[in-house]
Amino acid sequence: MYVIIGGGGKVGYYLARELLEGDHEILVIERSAPRAAEINDLLEGTVLQGDACEAAVLDGAGIARADLVAAVTGDDEDNLVICEIARYRGVPRVLARVNNPTNALLFQKRGIETTVSATEAILAQIEQELPVTSMVPVMQLHQGLELVEVRLSETSPVVGRTPREVLLPPESLIALIVDSGGVPRVPGADTTLTVGDALVVVTRAESKGMLQEALIGGAHGFDT
Amino acid sequence: MGCGRTGAAIAASLDGDGHQVTMLDINAGQFRRLPDAFGGLKAVGNGMDADVLERAGAREADAFVAVTQGDNRNFFASQLAHEVFGVKSVVCRVKDPERGEIFGHLGLQTYSPTSAGAEAILGMLSGSGPA
Repeated sequence: MYVIIGGGGKVGYYLARELLEGDHEILVIERSAPRAAEINDLLEGTVLQGDACEAAVLDGAGIARADLVAAVTGDDEDNLVICEIARYRGVPRVLARVNNPTNALLFQKRGIETTVSATEAILAQIEQELPVTSMVPVMQLHQGLELVEVRLSETSPVVGRTPREVLLPPESLIALIVDSGGVPRVPGADTTLTVGDALVVVTRAESKGMLQEALIGGAHGFDT
Repeated sequence: MGCGRTGAAIAASLDGDGHQVTMLDINAGQFRRLPDAFGGLKAVGNGMDADVLERAGAREADAFVAVTQGDNRNFFASQLAHEVFGVKSVVCRVKDPERGEIFGHLGLQTYSPTSAGAEAILGMLSGSGPA
C-alpha cells in the first residue's frame, strides 16, 4: 500500500515509523525544511520537503497512485485542504486528524468520514473515569455511524431487561456488553442488562439524543 | 471574514449600499480600517470555529466572504458557512491559483488575486488596458 502522510510533526513521524515496520511504501510531506531534514534521516529517506496543501507538491509525490492519504498536521484547515485535493485527485481513502472535535462535522459533510481527534479520545477516557451514567464517544465509523459507550446506573430504564426488549433508535444496535467485572459478552436472548454494565453501541450522530433517552433516561449524563 | 484592506473595502461598500454587514476578525485592531461611518457589526473571533460563525449570524446570512491572508483558512471557513450554515452565496479568496481552481470545483466561488493581477498587468503591457 502506498501511503502519503501530510505533516511530519510528532503524529506524522510516529505514524510513518509504524507503517514502515509494516512494509508499506510511505512518503511524509513536511513543510519545514529543518524538520524535514531531521526526520528524513530517521525515516529511511521517505520525507519530501514541501507544502502538502499545494496540488503541485502532491502531484510530485505521485498522489495519483496513492492508496491512502493521511492528513495529520496540527491545523484543521490544512488537513481539510490536503484531504480535499487528495480526493479530487481520486485517492480512494483519505483520513484526517481533527484538532477541534466540533470540526469533525465539517469533514463528514465534505465526505471525509474518517477523522481522528486526540481531544475527543482523551475526553472519552476522562468521562469513562467519572462514576456517573453517561454516554461516551468511542470512535467515528464509516457512513456517519459512531461507536459510543453507555454505562448503566440504577436509574437506567433498561436495567433488568434483555437487549431485545430495549427499543433503540433506527440503525442503532448494542454490539458488546462489558460487565462491571470487565468480562465482555456478545448480547444474546438470555442476557440481562445489569447495573454497572458498559454497553458498546453502534449508532448515528443524529440518533444519540434518542439513544441517551432509551438507555439512560431523562436528563442524566453529559451532552455529547 | 478578515478585516484587511480588501475586506474593509467590501464591508464599507456593502454597508454604504444599505446591506446589513458583520465584519469578523481575530484582531480587533484591524477594525481601524473600517470607515467611521461604518454602521455594521464588528465581531472578534476565529471564523474557523463554527460557534463563532454562528454567533456572528452565519445561519441568517445571505452571503459570506472570506478574505483573510490564509488560503486554507478562507477555504475552511467558507466550507463551514456553505455546508454547515447553508449560506447561499460564498466567495473565497485564494491566492494560489492552482488551489483556487480545485476549490472552485468543490462548490465554492473562488477569486484569485494572483491570476487577476497577472492578467491585468499583461493587459496593460499589451496596450489593451486593464483586463
